[in-house]
Amino acid sequence: MSLLSIEDLKVTFATRRGDVEAVRGISLEVTKGEVLGIVGESGSGKSVTSYALMRLLESNGRISGGDLTYGGVDLRVVPESTMRDLRGREISMIFQNPRAALNPIRKVGHQIEDVLRRHARATRFTAKREAIRAMEAVKIRDAEARYHAYPFELSGGMCQRIVIAIALACDPKLLIADEPTTGLDITTQKAVMDLIADLIRERGMSAMVITHDLGLAAQYCDRIAVMKDGVIVEEGLPEKLFSDPSHPYTRKLVDATPRADASIRSLLPPEQRTPEPSLTEVTAPLLQVRNLVKTYQGKSGPVHAVKGISFDVGKGESVGLVGESGCGKSTTSSILVRLDDATSGEILFNGDDLAKTSARTFARDPRRASIQMVFQDATDSFNPRHTAGQSIAEPLKRLTGLTGDQLSLRVEELAELVGLPLPLLNRFPHQLSGGQKARVGIARAIGVNPDFLILDEPTAALDVSIQAIVLNLLVDLRQKLGISYLFVSHDLHVVRLLCDRVIVMKNGEIVEEGPADQVMSAPSHPYTRTLLSAAPHPPALTVSVPSAAE
Amino acid sequence: MTDLSSPSPRLNQDGALAHVAYVLRSNPVTLLAFCMFAVLLVMALFGPYLVPHDPLVSNAAQALQPPSLVHWFGTDNLGRDVFSRVVVAARLDLAISVAAVALSFAIGSVLGSIAGYWGGWLDTVLNRVFDTIMAFPLFVLAMGIVAALGNTVENIVYATAVINIPFYARLVRAEVNIRRNAGFAQAAKLAGNSDLRVLAFHIFPNALPPMMVQVSLNLGWAILNAAGLSFIGLGVRPPTAEWGIMVAEGANFIVSGEWWLAIFPGLSLMFAVFTFNLLGDGLRDIVDPRQRS
Repeated sequence: MSLLSIEDLKVTFATRRGDVEAVRGISLEVTKGEVLGIVGESGSGKSVTSYALMRLLESNGRISGGDLTYGGVDLRVVPESTMRDLRGREISMIFQNPRAALNPIRKVGHQIEDVLRRHARATRFTAKREAIRAMEAVKIRDAEARYHAYPFELSGGMCQRIVIAIALACDPKLLIADEPTTGLDITTQKAVMDLIADLIRERGMSAMVITHDLGLAAQYCDRIAVMKDGVIVEEGLPEKLFSDPSHPYTRKLVDATPRADASIRSLLPPEQRTPEPSLTEVTAPLLQVRNLVKTYQGKSGPVHAVKGISFDVGKGESVGLVGESGCGKSTTSSILVRLDDATSGEILFNGDDLAKTSARTFARDPRRASIQMVFQDATDSFNPRHTAGQSIAEPLKRLTGLTGDQLSLRVEELAELVGLPLPLLNRFPHQLSGGQKARVGIARAIGVNPDFLILDEPTAALDVSIQAIVLNLLVDLRQKLGISYLFVSHDLHVVRLLCDRVIVMKNGEIVEEGPADQVMSAPSHPYTRTLLSAAPHPPALTVSVPSAAE
Repeated sequence: MTDLSSPSPRLNQDGALAHVAYVLRSNPVTLLAFCMFAVLLVMALFGPYLVPHDPLVSNAAQALQPPSLVHWFGTDNLGRDVFSRVVVAARLDLAISVAAVALSFAIGSVLGSIAGYWGGWLDTVLNRVFDTIMAFPLFVLAMGIVAALGNTVENIVYATAVINIPFYARLVRAEVNIRRNAGFAQAAKLAGNSDLRVLAFHIFPNALPPMMVQVSLNLGWAILNAAGLSFIGLGVRPPTAEWGIMVAEGANFIVSGEWWLAIFPGLSLMFAVFTFNLLGDGLRDIVDPRQRS
C-alpha cells in the first residue's frame, strides 16, 4: 500500500518567454517506511516536484497535469485549508538552507511551538515543554538553554537540527528533505543525515530525500529515482544503479561522483576520456610559508584564526588545503593571495618575503600578476555589470597593459583554452550557467600567466558532472602551463584527484601533511580519519572499464 | 552594426538599445512616463520658439480674459498669455531641479561611497553630519539657506542640493557597504585595481539602479521645492515666468473667480512631478543589466 503516489505529474511555469514545463510527467510511489531518494542536477525539476507535492509552488507555477494522492487524499483538489492541516502534521519538509528557513528575529523555541500549537499538539501551557522535548529528540544538548537562542546564535548544523525538530514535531508520516545538508561541513553532514535516518527508522516514517549527491543518496535511501530535465530517467536500488546503470545519464552521474578508487579521467564519460595526465616532478620550492599567524580583534577578546602554520608549495606542484569551516583555510588563502595582511610570519615567494608589502599596496605591486585566485562563489565573484569578456579582460588591461585588438585576441585565446564558446563572452554573469561561470573565473585567473593559483573550492557549487569537467580542465591547464595550485576544499576525494600533497587544517593549525595517497589511505591524525569516514561512501563500481562493456 | 558572432568581447551597443526598447514595450507605464518626459523636454528646449505669444509682454486691454481659442489658458492681470508663460517656465523649473539633483547626486555619491567603503571614524562623522541636516525641517532649512546666501536662482539650486545630499549619501553608503567585500571587489583587487579604482569602477556602478529611482523621485520633489521657494517670494523674481510664482500670483484671483491663473501652472507642476515619479522604475530597469536576458 503506497503512502504517496505521484501519477504522470506535470508542473508548468509561466515566464516571460511563454510556458516552461519544469516537470514533464513523472510517476513515483513512496510506500510506508520507505526512504526514496530523488537525485538530479540543478534544473532537473527535483525540488519543484516536492514543492508541487506540498502545493507551495511559486505564483507563476501550476500543476498542469497528473495526479497526486497521499493516503487516499487527492492533493490536487483538496481546499487550501485541508492542505494547511496536512502540512506539518502529515507531510513535513526540511529545507535546503536552514538559516533562510528559520525566522531570524524569533527565538527558535517559539518557532517550534508554532507548529505544535497549529496542529493542537500543545496548549499555551505545555508548548514550551513540548518544544524542548522536540529539541531533545533531534539530539540538541542543553535544549532548555537553546530554546531561547536566535538562529544567528547557532551554527549551521544546529539550525538544521532546529528545522528538523520543527518538521518532526507533529510526527508526520512523510518527510521531504530537500538537499538537507547542502552548505554544511562534511562531519556535520554525516551527523545530520545519520540523525534523519535514525528518526525515520524510529518513528516508522516514509521519506523523500532530494539531493544532487548520488553517493549520499546511495548511502541513506532504499530506492533512488534519477531525474533529468523534468523526467525520471531511471529508478532502482542504489547498488543496482551503481553497478549496472541502464541509462547513459545515470552512468554519467555515477562516473562523475568522486570515489576513493576513481582517477581524474574516470570522472568523465568514457568517450571523453583522454590519457591520464603525467605530472612533473617537483624540484624547487616556489612558495614557503613560515609561522603564519592571523589574529583578529573579536568582541570577546582576540580570535586566533591561523596559529603559526608553515608549509611549502613547489614549482608546478598542486597542494590541497583541507578543513572544515572555521579551520582557517579561507583566512590562509586570502593572506597568501595578498587580500589580507598576516599578523606575523613570512610568505617567501621565489625567496622574496611578500608579507613585507601590505595587502593595500600589493594591487600595484609588480608581483601582483604572479599570484591569482579562482573564487568559490562564481556568482558573487563577477561584477554583475560586466560581461564575461570584460571580466576576463580586466586583469589583462590592468596588469599586462594589453589594449585594443591584442586584448580581444588574448581574451578569445583564453576562452578557447578553458573551453568557453566565444559568443558567451558578450553575456552577463546572470545569463551564464554555473559551469560556464566557473570557466570564466578560471580564464580570468590564468590570463596574466600567474605562477601560483589559489583555487578556493572552485567546484563546490557545481553539479557533479560539471565538477568532473572543471577538475579535468584544471589538471590539463596545470600540465600545459606549469602553474602551482593551492586547492582549498572540504572534500578529500576531490583533493586527492587534483593534488600531489595534502595539508589538513583544524582550528588554525596544520594537523597532518603528506602525499595525497598516503594521507587518504593511511591517515595518521584522528581528525583526518573523521573527515574520511564522514564522506559518503558510494558503492564501489563493479565494472571499472565501462567502455568495453557497452 | 555588430552581431553576436562578432569577435569583440565588448558590450554590444545594439543590445543596450534593444534592452531599452524591451523595457519600454514590456511596461506601458514606463512608456507613458517617457512620453510625458519627452513633452516636458520639448517644452524646456523649444518652448520659447513654439509659444504663440511673448510671455513677458503685458496688454492691459486683454487682462484677466478666461481661456479662449486665442489665449488657451486665458490671460493674467497684466494681460500676459498664461499658456505661453506656463510653457516657457518649464525651462527654468527643470533647469533648477536638474542642476540641484545633479549636484546632490555627485556630492552624495562621493561622500556616501567614502563612508561605505572605508568606514571607521570617517563614516561616523559623515553620518552625524547627514543626521544633522535631516534633523531640520528640510523646506525651512532651504528657506534659511536662500535667505542667508542671497535671493538668487543659483542659491535655490544650492539650497535644494544641500537638503537632498543626505538621501543620496545614505543610499550609496548602504549599497557600497554590502558590496565592499563582495567576490567581484576582491577579484578586481587581484586584477591590480587600487582601492579607489575598485570603489569607483566596480562597486559604485552597482549602486546605480536604486540611485536612479531616487534621482527620478527627487527630480519631482526638487521641482516642488523650487516652486515652493518662489511661491513664498524667494529666488525667482517677477516678471520671470515660473510655475511657483504664477501659482502665488494667481492665488490672489481665485476668490474673484479667475481660476485659470493658478490652476494651469499648478497642473503643470503636477504633471512634472507625476512624470518623474513614474519614470523611476523604468530608469532602474534600464540601468540594471540583470534585467536583460
